[in-house]
Amino acid sequence: MPPRETDWLKTCYASPWLRAALPLDTSMTLALRSSFALCATLLATTATFAAEPIKLGEFASMTGKEAVFGQNVNKGTRLAIEETNAAGGVLGRKLELITEDDQSKPGESATVVKKLISRDKVVVILGEITSGRTLEAAPIAQAAKIPLISPGATNVEVTAKGNYIFRVCFIDDFQGTVMAKFARDTLKLKRVAILSSVSSAQSVGLAKYFRERFTSPTTAIAAEQKYGEGDKDFRAQLTAIKAAGADGIFIPGYYAEAALICKQARDLGLKLPLLGVDGWESPDLIAIAGAAAEGCYLSTHFSPESKSPVVVAFNQRYQKRWGISSNALSVLGYDAAMLAIDAIRRAGSTDGAKIRDALALTTNYPAVTGSITFDTNRNPTKNAVVLTVKNGKFTFVQDVSP
Amino acid sequence: MSEFLQQLLNGLSLGAIYALIALGYTMVYGVLRFINFAHSDVFMVGAFIGYYLGKLVPENTVWGGLVVLLAAMIGCAVLGMVIERLAYRPLRGAATLNVLITAIGVSLLLEYSGQVFFGATPRTFPAVFPSSNYSFGSLVISSNQILVIVVAALLMVALQLIVYRTKIGTAMRAVSLNPKAAQLVGVNNDVVISFTFGLGSALAGAGGILYALNYPSIDPLMGVMPGLKAFVAAVLGGIGNIPGAALGGLLLGTVETFVNGSQWSTYKDAIAFAILIIILLFRPAGLLGKFTVEKV
Repeated sequence: MPPRETDWLKTCYASPWLRAALPLDTSMTLALRSSFALCATLLATTATFAAEPIKLGEFASMTGKEAVFGQNVNKGTRLAIEETNAAGGVLGRKLELITEDDQSKPGESATVVKKLISRDKVVVILGEITSGRTLEAAPIAQAAKIPLISPGATNVEVTAKGNYIFRVCFIDDFQGTVMAKFARDTLKLKRVAILSSVSSAQSVGLAKYFRERFTSPTTAIAAEQKYGEGDKDFRAQLTAIKAAGADGIFIPGYYAEAALICKQARDLGLKLPLLGVDGWESPDLIAIAGAAAEGCYLSTHFSPESKSPVVVAFNQRYQKRWGISSNALSVLGYDAAMLAIDAIRRAGSTDGAKIRDALALTTNYPAVTGSITFDTNRNPTKNAVVLTVKNGKFTFVQDVSP
Repeated sequence: MSEFLQQLLNGLSLGAIYALIALGYTMVYGVLRFINFAHSDVFMVGAFIGYYLGKLVPENTVWGGLVVLLAAMIGCAVLGMVIERLAYRPLRGAATLNVLITAIGVSLLLEYSGQVFFGATPRTFPAVFPSSNYSFGSLVISSNQILVIVVAALLMVALQLIVYRTKIGTAMRAVSLNPKAAQLVGVNNDVVISFTFGLGSALAGAGGILYALNYPSIDPLMGVMPGLKAFVAAVLGGIGNIPGAALGGLLLGTVETFVNGSQWSTYKDAIAFAILIIILLFRPAGLLGKFTVEKV
């Protein structure tokens, strides 16, 4: 059956090619990737009806404040799709990835996820790396009964949004505990101050867990200060923390603000250890903060320095495909996509409810970031790693199991 | 005590930047009686000129820094004059509301064409000036903070001299007082207005560089919040009044910093703006503004 003209147009419109034509600075990489996607789409639509590709939707911060996150996750996701397609696809069909940019803005995620569901008719949604934007999209995916797998939303509330929401990362309850223990037992800190964001769901949650877990008869929170997303001046809060006599600062937040906080803390003569979270892991942190980032500690999902054969093999494939080394974000993107593909295979169908059931039954799935078994709340139990910044590079410090 | 002094210092260096931007708002208002909302985006363009030029001059040198600062000021002055010529001059004599809407349009145009040309991703601003920290007891001051305060003070003095001691400054004041009468005595209004835009935009360009030096992560929407605060500072000091804008900027920066360093930091903007409302309740024309009755 020759494809109807309207079908062809719809596929073309749905393909990221048109969006890649937007002259944003990521357009070049998008265009390269999309030319593959478009070729695949065209080939598929002109071939038989049965070989129509399975559409996976991804929403990510490809531009804007957290662009580094979205772009890295996207590289991992695309690697997963390309590897699967090279190995013959799934259920005898090729996969097609449709990536939407949420511009790192609140409000935009809901719009692009609605578009992915209603216009592109994707079978699974992958994203987002941040908790705030995943929380925004989750109710939409839940209502449409389309499984959503977040690569990196660590806020506890995310999977509580419904039984179609999954994640491949640990949760903040655990991450807060890891950093509290690290501050108390490894760094032997007694009075740590918290500087958290009022507008990030992840930051609010992490501040709470850190406060609960760090406080003990011999240790206390010296001060608690807040900032808003997009703030540039943190000298006032840091001066207050300095006056409170803190011996360390816990800063749950994203790299854009964290980098400026590190820089201004050092400018104010604060030489104490700065403790961060997974949202810090970006080359931009080091580019903006420079020498001020040296000696900071952060917890994250994965260290590319790991010697496990799965990680080494992944790093080689990633390096070969993109010419850069992998990081936690790209690996999480890869894991989320591979888990989705695995679930489609196990479900033997592209029906949302069947994929959901297959996902919920995931047991000991060998992901690059560690084995994934979902608990009843659709959260995996995974290890965390602590990294530090040494000579302008993220360096492995220790592994922490729950 | 040392915490108080440190916060005061932090507040002054933030306020000095607000003051520089506020001067541009106030000058244009003084001459044309409208708010140039595109001003905060000229500030952003200034930072980006510095970003691209900063890569060409050697880092951490005084002369390199001064070249970048001057180039950004000149670039922004030209941009300000071009905006005035293309967007505002054709509307001269039209209702103020039309010009205001145009200003918002120009602002959005600059912000989103900035996203197209510079990209929406934040960039790291190069360290064009040498920087070091000095401590006096527990008080720490960075050379960038000193630079901000010194450059802002010098530019404000220069501005005051231009407005009160030069021919073009006299013409500006004449146009501000009564444009028609100024024209009758031989002042070329177009030239004066163009000059005003150039001067205000140059200050915004300098503000952009100083801001980026202190907060070295720049993006096309970076002007929005400082622009809003500077506008508030201009109103606070008495819009149309040059020393008022400087005072308003310093006051707003200091208040914001003190609230930010307290336990109410979540409400810093709410408190800063509440203070604005209270001051305007008691002094409707701003701190240094003169209350004038609109002639009908």
